[in-house]
Amino acid sequence: MFYREAGQFKTSYAADQQMLPIPMDRYFVIGVVLVAAILIPAFGSQYWIESIMVPVLILSIAAMGLNILTGYAGQLSLGTGGFMAAGAYMSYKVATNMPDFLPVWIPVLVGGLFAAAVGIAFGLPSLRIKGFYLAVATLAAQFFLLWLFQSIPWFVNNSVSGVPSAPPTTILGYHVTGAQAIPEAKYLFVLTFVVILAIIARNMARSRVGRSWMAIRDMDIAAELIGIRPLQTKLSAFAISSFYCGVAGALWSFCYINTVEPTAFDIGRSFDVLFMVIIGGLGSVLGAFLGAAFIFLLPIFLNNVPGWFGLEIATDIVAHLEFMIFGAAIIFFLIVEPHGLARLWQIAKEKLRLWPFPH
Amino acid sequence: MLVRRLMTKPKALMGLALGAAVGVSAFAAGTASAQEQVIPSTVYRTGPYAPGGVSLADGYADYFTLINERDGGVNGVKFKVVECETGYNTDRGVECYDRTKNEGGGATVYSPWSTGITYALIEKATQDKIPILSMGYGRTSAAAGQYFPYVFNFPSTYWNQATAIVQYIANQEGGLDALRGKNFAYIYLDHPYGKEPLPTLDVLAAKFGFSYDRYPVPPASMTEQKSIWLKIRRQRPDYAIMWGWGAMNGTAVNEAAAIKFPMDKFIGNWWAAGEDAVEAAGGGGVGYKAATFHGAGDDYPVYADLKKHVYDAGKAAGKGDQWGRVLYNRGVANAFYVVEAIKLAQTKYGNRVITGEEMQWALENLDLSAADIEAAGAKGLVPPVTVTCENHEGQNPAVLIQQWNGKEYEIISDWIPAMADLTRPILEEEAANYAKEQGLEARSCS
Repeated sequence: MFYREAGQFKTSYAADQQMLPIPMDRYFVIGVVLVAAILIPAFGSQYWIESIMVPVLILSIAAMGLNILTGYAGQLSLGTGGFMAAGAYMSYKVATNMPDFLPVWIPVLVGGLFAAAVGIAFGLPSLRIKGFYLAVATLAAQFFLLWLFQSIPWFVNNSVSGVPSAPPTTILGYHVTGAQAIPEAKYLFVLTFVVILAIIARNMARSRVGRSWMAIRDMDIAAELIGIRPLQTKLSAFAISSFYCGVAGALWSFCYINTVEPTAFDIGRSFDVLFMVIIGGLGSVLGAFLGAAFIFLLPIFLNNVPGWFGLEIATDIVAHLEFMIFGAAIIFFLIVEPHGLARLWQIAKEKLRLWPFPH
Repeated sequence: MLVRRLMTKPKALMGLALGAAVGVSAFAAGTASAQEQVIPSTVYRTGPYAPGGVSLADGYADYFTLINERDGGVNGVKFKVVECETGYNTDRGVECYDRTKNEGGGATVYSPWSTGITYALIEKATQDKIPILSMGYGRTSAAAGQYFPYVFNFPSTYWNQATAIVQYIANQEGGLDALRGKNFAYIYLDHPYGKEPLPTLDVLAAKFGFSYDRYPVPPASMTEQKSIWLKIRRQRPDYAIMWGWGAMNGTAVNEAAAIKFPMDKFIGNWWAAGEDAVEAAGGGGVGYKAATFHGAGDDYPVYADLKKHVYDAGKAAGKGDQWGRVLYNRGVANAFYVVEAIKLAQTKYGNRVITGEEMQWALENLDLSAADIEAAGAKGLVPPVTVTCENHEGQNPAVLIQQWNGKEYEIISDWIPAMADLTRPILEEEAANYAKEQGLEARSCS
């Protein structure tokens, strides 16, 4: 790379405590956000914005959420889909029953808070059980929550079909959810959540709360001995993680698939998000984005490849090729770098620093 | 075949790899031209629902191939079927829709073959002015055309089907009065699809004095039904009604045979009406009944043409082994309606590629009489249908009952009309609720 981490001298505490203390890193991240906020909506095609960027960004939020719980606090969870569903159903309930003048981000946040409350309830067992056993316990959340939302008609305003459509809502006169929403508005709405939540996640990770999560992750008994309370720490990880998942679930329903549908949050979704965290890199905000892009986009990319060349390969063969190549890619990346894509990026940077002769 | 050929050609393979790197910029560029009538086909040839999905996809594609080969398209406009694999997943279905909707001159009509995907596309397709023809699945209340201009679900809906099945049972028992005091088992996929007829069954039970027990089958464990059928054996219901799909159907028929449930009192809905439901049970499935809204078997003139122009010419979709299966026929029936609608649209807009908006007009004014269908060689295969602005489920929602004889399904009943007078008010109410939530006004149909 063109800069080194050493030799970056700071003269004030404020400069030293910045989120990204190295100016080049900072400019790079600001640049990426500007590209995402200006260039992509200005030049991206509708397919790119609506079917690629929006779902990847929403899944990044979910992956950041699970990363807080699994990557930072070390609590394995398979309930992500359930927590996303909690956010989606509650936001729908609030959005359809609130007065019109309230902005749409309120139901999304309420959905997140509801998911956080649910997360605390299902996090309680984590005080006694660990590892795989906790994963099984959170699996209960996955099944119970989906069952709950499908069984109690109150959540869907007594809709007969049980699959309500996301209500159309506006911000400053622009539709951001529902079918009338132009893709750019939807995308910027989602992007705002992503940027804010990513900044919060990054800051939590390097503050007191994040450090106590990591202490619990690395050795809970030692953490307890130095005065970190496991109850508050574990439950705060569950609450904040579930909040992120709940927001992601609400956005998924409102801005991507347009319906509040139980199958969108099934056990497969939980596994997907877990794989995003593992492939992307445990305990890394960047990893959440890389993992989400990898797990969600690679299959779509592989499915699209024959079309670009006008190859008329049978649909099922394409689908099977997609599964095989995708599976092989997962194994390849895990062998090359078990710590995930984020670590790969870090190594790439280090190697570039010694370019052209890395060792 | 093609893939094998590719593998032996290092050049082509290299091109593939190279192109994969460059191709990102050309995401979603299609192969269809603007001179073709583009029919996107969202299919699931893989995954747990593939047993049904392959038949549907092949039937749908083969009929369009037939029109292209036999007639040279509709008045010279050829069809181009663009398949996109969804795996029955809603999010992939939405992606497929976005990917295919601008192919060539624009997509004509979508048949998502999935209730979940249909729900997700209703608002998007309405906004893009592309009609959805969800034949006998999807959102039942979309039959209220004044609220759902771009969604069609003729020739019948789940709710109507439920009433028709109850009507059929009543016919067997000697009239609607004989239903009083009877007990039914309702076995369903615990999914929006399976729960769709519950309100109708509640209304029917209250009205005719029968009772029914619910037996939900979770999608995650469709093939674990032992405990359900043990309960049914203890309960001894007079009839069992099933709303199943995918691997659930075969398991249910198998388990029913294992507890010696009388097969002629076990009635599946039209998605539990495929060969996959009964083949697994072997001889035990003989006598199993199911509802359907189209003909069974292959004894239709259109099949002779399919054989001559598609199968013998080696142009059949997939492996070409779905011929005559129930769900293959459903795919054909769906394509049949689409082609007839295109013909109708061309009489109004001229012999050219029809847009989605023009297709909406045609579907809404579709009036296929028995004579029209006979002329097209599909008498008995496709039911007549009349669609109007308010009524998108057709004026004559009726079903047939078919029975498995060990080799094939036979139609054993006449058309059993649904109690549309009973379902229509629930449907209108649900549609009105939807419109209120969405802030929509009913359009005027006069």
